[in-house]
Amino acid sequence: MTFERWLVLQKLYNDYASSLDDGPLSDWPDFFTEKCLYLIQPRDNYDAGLPMAVVRCESRGMLQDRVNAVQETIMFEPRYLRHHITNIEADDASSDEFQVRANYSVIEVLNDDLPRILSAGRYLDTVVLENGLLRFKEKRVIYDSVLVPNSLIYPL
Amino acid sequence: MGEISSINWPAGDFTRVPYRLYTDADVFEREMERIFQGSTWAYVGLESELAETWDYLTTQIGNRSVVVTRDDKGELHAFANRCAHRGVKVCRQQRGNSRFFICPYHQWSYDAEGRLRGVPFIKGVGGKGGMPDDFSQDDNALPRLKVAARNGVIFASFSEDVEDLEDYLGETNLQYFDRVFDGRGLKVLGYSRQLIPGNWKLMFENIKDPYHASLLHVFLVTFGLFRADQESRVAMDDTGRHALLISRKGEQKVSASISDIKNLKEDLVLADPRLLDPVKEFPDDATVVMQTIWPNLIVQQQSNTLALRQIRPRNAGSFELHWTFFGYEDDSDEMQTRRLRQANLMSSAGFVSADDSEVIKMAQDGVRQYADDAGLLLLDGRGTKDTPHMVTEVALRAFYKHYRKVMGL
Repeated sequence: MTFERWLVLQKLYNDYASSLDDGPLSDWPDFFTEKCLYLIQPRDNYDAGLPMAVVRCESRGMLQDRVNAVQETIMFEPRYLRHHITNIEADDASSDEFQVRANYSVIEVLNDDLPRILSAGRYLDTVVLENGLLRFKEKRVIYDSVLVPNSLIYPL
Repeated sequence: MGEISSINWPAGDFTRVPYRLYTDADVFEREMERIFQGSTWAYVGLESELAETWDYLTTQIGNRSVVVTRDDKGELHAFANRCAHRGVKVCRQQRGNSRFFICPYHQWSYDAEGRLRGVPFIKGVGGKGGMPDDFSQDDNALPRLKVAARNGVIFASFSEDVEDLEDYLGETNLQYFDRVFDGRGLKVLGYSRQLIPGNWKLMFENIKDPYHASLLHVFLVTFGLFRADQESRVAMDDTGRHALLISRKGEQKVSASISDIKNLKEDLVLADPRLLDPVKEFPDDATVVMQTIWPNLIVQQQSNTLALRQIRPRNAGSFELHWTFFGYEDDSDEMQTRRLRQANLMSSAGFVSADDSEVIKMAQDGVRQYADDAGLLLLDGRGTKDTPHMVTEVALRAFYKHYRKVMGL
């Protein structure tokens, strides 16, 4: 991976994390192409080739539907998340579509509890250059922490 | 086991449930002994997960780890997952294929029926040590469980005396069990696991409680998937331990009869309607059937999502909810994708189910702090019989009628 690509990706993933951590959540679908695939999958399903994902969005519209559900319909305790994304690696095969893998961990803080790791795992992404902007065409969130502490409300 | 003395049922019937039942460690221990190790059939897995000879899986009945296997004659077996020697788990994988299970500590090995087949240094080394002459491998097999399977679903019991699975389910619950498990091959789509900080009964009760479904679950109500004004009914078995909530899909509109629902989002539309594109797939008109099978299983058919939710209690204050999503072997690709899309409503991140894991935590927080008090189950009176509607807590009262008897509390 060239240094330039690494820098550009650092910026993309930093923006992604900041957007999810500090909002507004309505910006989240803009990180994706119109037709896209966003999956949150436990590691054991991924390893076994089982298709079930706890979150599955196949378009920016479905991402928007999840934003609406979080904002309008799901009942949950207030919480704050902090995404930490490291070890970003990408291929250099092409200049406008490339594969990226990165580690992530997300700290969750609830009102009456100590901070805890909500989820830890890796991103397996396809990033494309679209109208001068980098967007996710595919983002698979594979979590090693197979046992979810209660609920996953916000995106990873 | 500790003496349980402080359980007070203030109403003398099943309309007031002591909060201590959700918090007390001695109550929990008695539940493990009398319910999960008692005369019950606990769900342990699907036959399609053990398709090949020597396939195995590990699961949990109550707070005990159990291994389920298939032998070379196609027979299913289940045995306690703890070495006869020092109690170490002999199997640490979720699923796999192996003819023998070898304890990592001193390499005692067991076969697919849990029989002890090998003990290193049994005759000593160079004439030194070894097991006494009266040591018998046959006497040290792993405790076996009784196993029963129906249409691809496997149950096991620690009790030798448990009745036949079919009698255990009862006529109506068996009929609805066979509605989803109709003999077609089942295809596992994947798993989802949650650790929920609440008492296990709160989960079981949640699926016997249609009152909350029509109020808490704004997503279901908004899109007409479950509503108090729909044609629906609650059906149980003679004991009250199992229950069925059976309902038919309605419209996304406000009617006078549901104007109590404060959160209805009448104007919410899906940006991508493929998310909810239900098709009729069962012979009857029911679009939702939620079945609780005592003591550890929820069979879910909500539109086209099919799942088995297994309750794995850890202690009085927490349980694992283990989801197995499935379809049928003869599903088209389109149908499988539909099931996977609708799974967005379910499990840890579900538009509907996340409401439940969140509210169960809140309930546990409340009862823990006020354990001497008792909850109220008075909706639709004091009865424990089937009702032709959903505005009722009848299945919770029936559950506690059975629970009290089994627990001797």
